[in-house]
Amino acid sequence: MFNLAIVLGVVLLLAILFLIFRISSLISVAKGGDSGKVDKGSNRINGAMFMIFLVVMGFLFFWYSFKDFENYNLPVASEHGSEYEFMFWVTMAVTGVIFVLTQILLFYFSWKYQYKEDSRALFYPENNKLEVIWTFVPAIVLAILVFTGWRVWTDVTAPAPENTNNIEIMGYQFAWAVRYPGVDGELGNSDYRVVDATNAFGIDFSDKAAYDDFIPREMHIPVGEPVTFNIRARDVLHSVFAPHFRLKMDAVPGMPTSFTFTATKTTEQMREELNDPDFNYEIACTEICGKGHFSMKLTMVVDETEDYLKWYAEQESFLKRNPEYLANVPADLKELAMMKTGIDNKELEKQN
Amino acid sequence: MSTTTELNIGHDVHHDEHHDHKQSFISKYIFSTDHKMIAKQYLVTGIFWGIIGVLMSVLFRVQLGFPGANLEWLRPVLGGWLTEAGKIDPEFYLALVTMHGTIMVFFVLTAGLSGTFSNYLIPLQIGARDMASGFMNMLSYWFFFISSIVMLSSIFIESGPAAGGWTVYPPLSALPQAIQGSQLGMTLWLVAMVFFIVSILLGGINYITTVINLRTEGMTFTRLPLTIWSFFLTAVIGLLSFPVLFAAALLLVFDRSFGTSFYLSDIYIGGEALPNMGGSPILYQHLFWFLGHPEVYIVLLPALGITSEIIATNSRKPIFGYRAMIGSMLGITVLSFVVWAHHMFVSGLNPFLGSVFMFLTLIIAVPSAVKVFNYITTLWKGNIIFTPATLFSIGLVSFFISGGLTGIFLGNSVIDIQLHDTYFVVAHFHLVMGSLSIFGLLAGIYHWFPKMFGRMMDAKLGHIHFWMTFIGVYLIFFPMHYIGIAGFPRRYYSWTNFDAFSGYTDLNMFVSIAAFVTVAAQFIFLFNFFYSMYRGKKAPQNPWNSNTLEWTAPIEPGHGNWVGEIPKVYRWPYDYSKPGAKDDFIPQHVPLSTTPESNLPHEQELAKQEQLNTSAHAKTTES
Repeated sequence: MFNLAIVLGVVLLLAILFLIFRISSLISVAKGGDSGKVDKGSNRINGAMFMIFLVVMGFLFFWYSFKDFENYNLPVASEHGSEYEFMFWVTMAVTGVIFVLTQILLFYFSWKYQYKEDSRALFYPENNKLEVIWTFVPAIVLAILVFTGWRVWTDVTAPAPENTNNIEIMGYQFAWAVRYPGVDGELGNSDYRVVDATNAFGIDFSDKAAYDDFIPREMHIPVGEPVTFNIRARDVLHSVFAPHFRLKMDAVPGMPTSFTFTATKTTEQMREELNDPDFNYEIACTEICGKGHFSMKLTMVVDETEDYLKWYAEQESFLKRNPEYLANVPADLKELAMMKTGIDNKELEKQN
Repeated sequence: MSTTTELNIGHDVHHDEHHDHKQSFISKYIFSTDHKMIAKQYLVTGIFWGIIGVLMSVLFRVQLGFPGANLEWLRPVLGGWLTEAGKIDPEFYLALVTMHGTIMVFFVLTAGLSGTFSNYLIPLQIGARDMASGFMNMLSYWFFFISSIVMLSSIFIESGPAAGGWTVYPPLSALPQAIQGSQLGMTLWLVAMVFFIVSILLGGINYITTVINLRTEGMTFTRLPLTIWSFFLTAVIGLLSFPVLFAAALLLVFDRSFGTSFYLSDIYIGGEALPNMGGSPILYQHLFWFLGHPEVYIVLLPALGITSEIIATNSRKPIFGYRAMIGSMLGITVLSFVVWAHHMFVSGLNPFLGSVFMFLTLIIAVPSAVKVFNYITTLWKGNIIFTPATLFSIGLVSFFISGGLTGIFLGNSVIDIQLHDTYFVVAHFHLVMGSLSIFGLLAGIYHWFPKMFGRMMDAKLGHIHFWMTFIGVYLIFFPMHYIGIAGFPRRYYSWTNFDAFSGYTDLNMFVSIAAFVTVAAQFIFLFNFFYSMYRGKKAPQNPWNSNTLEWTAPIEPGHGNWVGEIPKVYRWPYDYSKPGAKDDFIPQHVPLSTTPESNLPHEQELAKQEQLNTSAHAKTTES
């Protein structure tokens, strides 16, 4: 019943609108029409509308940009993040000036040079000097932007330093998993063919470096030290996006990628700065990956170095937690694996 | 009222029958080889697709702006695509954004825009009786039609249409177990695109051949209207880039159906490790964007060409810097092929390659800037008549500035790290590619409607349509910049899982409301379009006092366009408000020798030559 009322209302409204349209067009026919002549009234209105549009929209643009600055400008928490911010705001200043000037000229000219019966347009087909100016000025401005951008880009994408903290981060439908290299500081090999429900990374136990790798419940990184995300995907494309760190890199099945950065603020510091005790750094997925794309969240804790080292030392290796995988270790390396992970024979016997 | 309608229609039909009595209904309206009818077929099909694509965006804007809305009342239409709670299913959401993108980019803005106006205007503006091959032209439309049918049918199958984003990146699009949309829906998507590419190639070859070979006497390349230049260059881009998409699609078909590993490697999905090794998903991205980026200019250039013509005509001024406009279009054409990898800065591409593509990408901003300055200078000291087409053209220039400038952010690889795949990108390309091209399409329809249908569209409704759309588009897409700078990723069904993205519910709601109003405004256009087709005021011979050749043809041109001889061309198309001339326009077919009062010094020479030629011609015919 209610729906029917809505439908009837809409039909009625459309009928009224149609009648108004018919009447107004009949009136214009009765007036003698406007064939061959410019409708001066509507021309004036449209010209004025451009100026009104310019003023109102210009006001909205400046007002909202200043009012909402805190909301859309995420705090920065990485070293290259501040370089990024510099680049972003320089570009904003340059394009902002051009944006405002050209829009003003466009709408002002439209209004100012609207049709007048007694006037005639200026026959002004070309001016090579002007063309040269507005080819070279933008070219120079862009060249400056490109070179500044290029320097930051080479900085950001420079190879990771020797002392970096390697962490593996793997995307799969629909979550992230992280693996740390353990005491030896070296991530063990992996092979997608040995992936199973527990060994989500497909850790290859014929590699000695894999024995002390650990897979923590929560992700931690140290502040003030270079960290390298070794990024890969297991099924489809994903993309690691840590907005506060100005960090994004695709996770590609079959092609490992990486991103090196240095965090500048611990989670605690950021909580104080934002006055938000619940704040957490988050990693999101930004490459469409299926039904759960929007839910691939990983929280990341940034610790002071000593806290980080303490947490790191407390972690048990994957092999220790899942000793049944010792069976996959080649016989000649079994002893080494047990030594590295600290599994003793008693525990094993208990298991069996 | 209804009786008059019937009378009028009856009269028209009778009139048409009398005029073209040789043609049957099928050869005139369906399997027509007349470029004008084919253009109209493209236009109507494009409008049909536009309605579908836009309605899809309404559905996902409901989800984004009003995540709590209960859509139970739409169950008769959407059926299983609604969750138990009456909300849009997350996978259906992805299918909607995917199909919205595919439909708008390919079916509306490529086929609908180029297909309509290249077909309609090329023969009429260069002075040709028809396209070089009418039959190929007909094939082009019917391949597009088949493609449309296949794509449309994919919306109705049980597993749903393709859902991996309009770029359909593998492995998501290659693995049916990764997402439902990669089952039959993806197969149909690929089949439809193959037909689509065939259609584009058939059309493009025709446009290029016609422009090169069938220009009327005197119509040199430097006398071509900018519309024709833009259609010509668009066809060249399409001819060179679409075959690469064909290759990309073909390899994807092989990966999906025949067990090859072009794009697949090291995949563990659905509890099993796949045998594919050695493939590269990045290869697909390179192939796709080798078309994908030129595609941006395929939808952009025709809109810019149409606008150049309309702005010059209605500001009663020659387009400023005709040669610079052609030069910048040529520059864009060439550069469009060497910027594709700026879509891949964070795909794992070698950073050095990223630097190269950043450099090339920002170069392409230069010809675009030149075009903007030339448009603005054309308006300067003009005598501007605000027809609906003019309004849409000025709006287009505004979008070109707004959306073009944000491209400078995204083309800079550093800034792209943060903004890639956020709403900033969505805002950017919807302004500069989506809205700009739609405005070009609408401007073109308003401007050439009198030629196409012999009747005028209602100007007042056009004005209302423009202002609602123009303001609406800015209110939809401008706020998205803020949302994007805040980091909100695109193609997200909901952001509430993340603390960082939990704000801006108010702004998203605002955007959705703006979208609904803007979509509603399009029904004013639809009404105006179809109503004026039958009941609009009869069009005069040259309603906008324009210079180009199409306005010299009969008001409703028949097959062959001109009755009797094709007019010759003596001047460029932009002699508006020439000092000394009686009227403020001199059409292209008016000889220089008849307008001594307005000729420029170098034209006086040409005028003398013209007279010599005619007298020589007369002598030879005498003897």
